[in-house]
Amino acid sequence: MSIRENFVVPKRYNTIAFALMAIGILAIIGLYVTSGSKDDPKEQARFWASLLQNSVFFLLVVNASMFFICATTLAWGGWQMAFRRVPEAISAVVPVIGVICGAILLAIAFGDNHTIYHWTDTHHVAEDPILSHKKGFLNKGFFAAATVLTIVLWSVLGWKMRKLSRSLDAKPLATVEERKKYIWNNTVWAAVYIIVFSLTVMSSIPWLWLMSIDAHWYSTMYSWYTFASSFVSGMALIALFVVFLKNNGYLEYANNEHLHDIGKFMFAFSVFWTYLWFSQFMLIWYANIPEETIYFQPRAHGIYKGIFWLMFIINFIAPLLILMTRDAKRNYGTITFMALLIIFGHWLDFYQMVFPAVSPQKVPMILYDFGVALGFVGLIMFVTGRALSKAPLLAKNHPFVKESLIHHT
Amino acid sequence: MAVKKFVVGNFDDETVLFPAVKKVRRAGYKIHDVFTPFPIHGLDKAMGLRDTSLHTAGFIYGISGTATAVGFITWALTVDWQLNFGGKPFFSLPAWIPVTFELTVLFAAVGMVLTFCYLCQLAPFVKKDHFNPRSTDDTFVMALECTDKTNETEAMSFLETIGAKEVKVEYKETEWWIGRYDKDKKLFHKETKNNH
Repeated sequence: MSIRENFVVPKRYNTIAFALMAIGILAIIGLYVTSGSKDDPKEQARFWASLLQNSVFFLLVVNASMFFICATTLAWGGWQMAFRRVPEAISAVVPVIGVICGAILLAIAFGDNHTIYHWTDTHHVAEDPILSHKKGFLNKGFFAAATVLTIVLWSVLGWKMRKLSRSLDAKPLATVEERKKYIWNNTVWAAVYIIVFSLTVMSSIPWLWLMSIDAHWYSTMYSWYTFASSFVSGMALIALFVVFLKNNGYLEYANNEHLHDIGKFMFAFSVFWTYLWFSQFMLIWYANIPEETIYFQPRAHGIYKGIFWLMFIINFIAPLLILMTRDAKRNYGTITFMALLIIFGHWLDFYQMVFPAVSPQKVPMILYDFGVALGFVGLIMFVTGRALSKAPLLAKNHPFVKESLIHHT
Repeated sequence: MAVKKFVVGNFDDETVLFPAVKKVRRAGYKIHDVFTPFPIHGLDKAMGLRDTSLHTAGFIYGISGTATAVGFITWALTVDWQLNFGGKPFFSLPAWIPVTFELTVLFAAVGMVLTFCYLCQLAPFVKKDHFNPRSTDDTFVMALECTDKTNETEAMSFLETIGAKEVKVEYKETEWWIGRYDKDKKLFHKETKNNH
C-alpha cells in the first residue's frame, strides 16, 4: 500500500494563514491607534496587555506539544508514534512565537510604563514593603534573564528532540543494540526537557510573566493552573491538526484509537484544570483574607464576572458532559468542535488573568484581542504547515512505530 | 436452569484463536463464550459483543452521588441545623464541593464494582463452569452452543481445521443469571417453531 508520506501545504491553507496574520496585524495597528498611542499610561497598558496575553498564551500552547512528546518519550510510550510528527511540527513554532513573546515581555518590563508590571518602578517598590520583600525575585534583571533563558532552552531542546526524530528518516537502525541506544538517547534528552519544563512552566515562569501583574497577590497554585490551561489547549491543537490531516487523506496509520486517546487527554486535563482552578479559588474563598480575595473581586464579582463564569462553563462543564462518552471522542465533528471551544475557553482564561489588573474599571473592547489572537493562529498555521511539509508524516524507522500501528484502546 | 449442549474447542495460542473466532462466526455457528487466561484486545469486537453499558450505569451512580451530597448538605446546613462558619452564608457551595466530589466518586466506584460483579456473575460461593480449568492458565477455550440444527461432528471437525488442539462435546448447566442469553434463547425457540 502506498501512503502519502509528505504533507503538501494546500494553497488555500496558506491563504487562510496569511489572511489571519493580516487580521492580526490590522488588529494590532487598530489597537495601537485607539490605545497604544495615547498619552494615558492606562490606555497604553491596555495595548501591551493584549500583546502580552496573546503571545504568552500561544507560546505556552505550542510549547505544550513538546511537553507532550517528551512526557510520552520519557514514559517509553509508543502509541503516539502514528501522529508524533504533528506535535513535533507544532513545537517548531516555539522559537518563532518565543522571539515575539520575549520581545514583548522585555519591552513591557524595560519600558517607561509601569502599569502592567508595577514592580519595575523602583521608586514605587522602595515605598512598598510587600514589593520590596519580593525584590529578589521580581526585578528587571532576573526577569530578563529568566525570560531569555527559558525561551532559548525550550527552543533548543525542542530542536534537539525534533532532530533526533528526523535523524532516523534517512538511516534505519539495524540492530537491537542501536535501537536501545536510540531510545535511551531520546529518553535522556526528553528528561532534560522535562526538567526545564517543570522548572519553568510548571513552577516559576507564569509567576513572572502573568502573576506579577498582580504583584501584591500571590498563589502557589498559579503556575500549575497555568500549565493545565496550556496543556489542555495544546492537546486540543494537536487534535485539530490530526483531524485536519486525516480529512485531507494523510496520517493513514493514525486512526480512531489514537484520536480517542487525544480526546481522553482533552477530557482528563479539562477536569485537572478545574481541580487546580477550584483549589486556588476555594482556599482564598475560605480564608477570606482581603489581600488574597482582592484577586477575585473584579473577576468573580466585578465587571469580569461574565467572562469568568463563561470560561468556567466552557472549560469544565462543556468538556465534562460532551467529551465523556467514548463515541464523542471518536467523532471528528465533536472533537473538532470541542478542541476549538477548549482553546477559546483557555484563551478567555488567560484574558481574565491579565486584564482585570490592567483595566479594573471597564472590560476592554475584546474584539481587538480576538483579532490579535487570530493573527497568532495564522502564524501557528503557517509555521506548523511548513514544518509538517518538511519531514515525512510517519517516523517509520522509529523502534516504537509497530506499537502505535496496532494501538488499541 | 437449563442443561445445554456445547461443542468446546481448546486453543493454545491467541493468534490462532483470533482468526478462528472470525471463521466460526462466518460459518454461522453461535459462540456461547470464549474463555481466555488474560484479556485480549479486540476479541470483543471479533466476537461481535455489543459495547458494555457499565459506563452509563457509572454515570447514573455518579449523578446520584452528587445529588445525595448536595441535597443532604443543603438540607442539613440550611434547613435542619444552621451553623455559622466564619460568617459565610448558610448556603456556601464552594465548601461543599470536595464532599460532593468524594461522594460522586464513591457512589460511582462502589456502584460500578457491584454492577460489574453482577454482570460477570462474580460473587462469593458462585460457581460457574469454564469448560476447561486451564482457561485460567494457558488455554483459550471457545464454546459453541448447539442448537438442534447443529451437526456436532461437523462442528468438531470444523474447529479442528481452524486450529483447535482438543475438541469435545459437553453438556453444561447454564444458570438462570446468564441473562444476556435469554433473548437469544427465545429467538431460537421461535425459529424451531417455524421449522416444524
